[in-house]
Amino acid sequence: MQMPTPDAAILARKDHIVTRLQAVLPDGAVVHDPFETRAYECDALTAYKCPPLCVVLPGSTAEVSAVMRVCHEEGVPVVPRGAGTSLAGGALPTADSVILGVARLNGVLETDFANRIIRVQSGRTNLSVTGAVEEEGFFYAPDPSSQLACAIAGNIAMNSGGAHCLKYGVTTNNLMGVTMVMADGEVVEIGGSHLDAGGLDLLGLICGSEGQLGIVTEATLRILAKPEGARPVLVGFDSNEVAGACVSDIIKSGILPVAIEFMDRPCIRATEAFAGAGYPDCEALLIIEVEGSDAEIDDQLSRITQIARTHNPVELRESTSAEESAKIWLGRKSAFGAMGQINDYMCLDGTIPVSELPLVLRRIGEMSKEYGLDVGNVFHAGDGNMHPLILFDANKPGDLEKCEAFGADILKLCVEVGGCLTGEHGVGVEKRDLMVSQYNQNDLEIQLAVKDVFDPNWLLNPAKVFPLSSTETRRAS
Amino acid sequence: MTPTTEAELAEVIAAADGPLRIVGGGTRDIGALVDAAPLSTRGLTGITLYEPGALTLVARAGTPLADIEALLAAEGQRLAFEPGDMRDLLGTEGTSTIGGVIATNASGPRRIQVGAARDFCLGVRFVDGQGQVLKNGGRVMKNVTGYDLVKLMTGSWGTLGVLTEVSLKVLAIPETEATLVCDDESAETAVASMAAALGSPFDVTGAAMMNGQTMIRVEGLAQSVAYRARALQQGVLQGFDIVEGDASAKLWRDLRDVAPFAGKEGAVWRISVKPSDGPALVRELGALSPEAIFDWGGGLIWLRVADEGDAGAKLIRDDLAHIGGHATLVRASAATRTAVPVFHPDPAPLAKLSKGLRAKFDPRGILNPGLMGA
Repeated sequence: MQMPTPDAAILARKDHIVTRLQAVLPDGAVVHDPFETRAYECDALTAYKCPPLCVVLPGSTAEVSAVMRVCHEEGVPVVPRGAGTSLAGGALPTADSVILGVARLNGVLETDFANRIIRVQSGRTNLSVTGAVEEEGFFYAPDPSSQLACAIAGNIAMNSGGAHCLKYGVTTNNLMGVTMVMADGEVVEIGGSHLDAGGLDLLGLICGSEGQLGIVTEATLRILAKPEGARPVLVGFDSNEVAGACVSDIIKSGILPVAIEFMDRPCIRATEAFAGAGYPDCEALLIIEVEGSDAEIDDQLSRITQIARTHNPVELRESTSAEESAKIWLGRKSAFGAMGQINDYMCLDGTIPVSELPLVLRRIGEMSKEYGLDVGNVFHAGDGNMHPLILFDANKPGDLEKCEAFGADILKLCVEVGGCLTGEHGVGVEKRDLMVSQYNQNDLEIQLAVKDVFDPNWLLNPAKVFPLSSTETRRAS
Repeated sequence: MTPTTEAELAEVIAAADGPLRIVGGGTRDIGALVDAAPLSTRGLTGITLYEPGALTLVARAGTPLADIEALLAAEGQRLAFEPGDMRDLLGTEGTSTIGGVIATNASGPRRIQVGAARDFCLGVRFVDGQGQVLKNGGRVMKNVTGYDLVKLMTGSWGTLGVLTEVSLKVLAIPETEATLVCDDESAETAVASMAAALGSPFDVTGAAMMNGQTMIRVEGLAQSVAYRARALQQGVLQGFDIVEGDASAKLWRDLRDVAPFAGKEGAVWRISVKPSDGPALVRELGALSPEAIFDWGGGLIWLRVADEGDAGAKLIRDDLAHIGGHATLVRASAATRTAVPVFHPDPAPLAKLSKGLRAKFDPRGILNPGLMGA
């Protein structure tokens, strides 16, 4: 992984920059001791590490603005950081950058149940947004796996999804407004408690821009009334093709489950050994969850099982209680942990058209043999968002590089069949250099031009999203 | 000019030596008047991909909306964001195109629950102001690869580029629908009823007040619709009657197309606010003697006022400056459309960003110049 050479002039001015930042922030909000900045040297993509110049932890939009003004004047790159759970290296620092952490911005500013919105500071964790409204019977829909830890700021930066977005959409579909600090410190409000934009949809552009267009400090989010209940059915098949066909038939039938999760044999075996959820030993397994009243759930599940039966499943287990539901979900929810028990793993995030599922799984199996690395597949089948987990040994020289090459081949395959490099994790540094396989030079250039408008000096998270070679002159200017 | 291929369209734009007025079907004639040579997308037709099992459809921009809806209906699917037919309201003719639907972010009553056109657009191909063919997004439902220019292009009214192809997420047509109606609520109590229904677990897909009638819609499997309608009627919507099937569908079609204002004189505004602010805003605009239709739980107001002076622009927008929201003058005489900013003027910092983006996408300023304001 190549990162830009740190600017020696900035490194030399560290004391001066730290002093200026301390002047605009309360005591303890600037972390500059090399021992302490180590805590910020990476995010959840732990293969790459680099301590930043320093870390700032502002506690208000005004403080973020003050920090940005200093960094703008000093020409220092700023890497925004939510909770540091990015799997794509979105919050990976460079040695000459200031990490701007939003962890102290974690308050709820307003809950408005009549209008079904909540306004929060962006450092608040995803799950605690739901926590703030669930007593009134509401929830915040996007549910990334890291929802206990991940921050709304990072969710907005990466346009995070989750298992339930087949029905409820991803972050961008649930985000109504932001307060954002621009690269030069100016504070702007985009959107709010009303729907849609009066002019250009700048909010839609901000969401998913990976912290490159501004620092979101507050967000207005749509909250939804909790359904009366939810229950899954587990269906096992002896081939991936048949499981894929079943997914397609369910969707075509007009039922919209809240989640359709898919696990393949390597993943089933690993989770079974780890969690003992009682999964059948089969080639492919689906967990399909529907919502509503008990009678509505029964009706939908009976239609789903009817469809599933036409595909001759090897196992079909309909949940009839909360306990059975928890057991069905247990394996799926432990999948990543289970794979991690076996070895180090790299989690990919490509999306493919659902119809290409069998082909892509077959090709991944073939490539796994070619590379000599095991891979398990667990993913959101309803929307084609795959999460192949490639197992490797970080202590074995060359294994990481081999794993990266394998991952890149899988992602290129996703693009080839009509999909994309990343469905919900973001590009970060991890997939930066693969962008050219999805977009040509002109497609990329117009995106760079967008950043020019918001951040003319290219100081916000500058070494991410785009191949370094394509941004070199802009970063240098 | 009506190019028949994307390449031809790109050549036309690259070779243009003056401003162009981008037209699809011409049914959504909204915005400041653009005095320029028309460039039509109607020659770019065809549905290039439809996978019902993946809920995806890809079509060239000039494809008639009706063709797409017919193909989807044959598979029991639809565009869930419910784009309206604006012809009767605006007095336009022609055939709405899918490119026009996306370029204008045309979204109907179901927007409150499932999202707007912008939420269903998965990918775009377009030609920018220099004649470059560009693409963004794709045809899969989850895609965070690079910046989301799909959202930016949706609702940009041809001012950033000319759409040539769009990918859409589609959804199943539900088995049935029902609407709970009540004729004796004030706007305030109607909006409170809507909030209560939308805040219930019963998956409401429409909440509006039209012709003095509060309307709450549920859709889905027959048994489920019956259950939820009854639960609402016995719970937060006591005293409401239930309208089913075609009669229910007609209510929402009329609302979607703003039928009560079609054929009636006057200027028409489309105002988006926080739902609970809707009734008070209309009351404060009493000096304009407005007629109002509330959609989106009260958050979308169709307002008919006399087409005189500035058609209420100053009053409306001054109020919105306090409470937040935006107002678009969707129908007015040519004189009013020339005198009044049709689109809601953005606050200065956002206007600067939008202007900066236009300068990048269309450096010569030839695509629908001035249509959305400066």
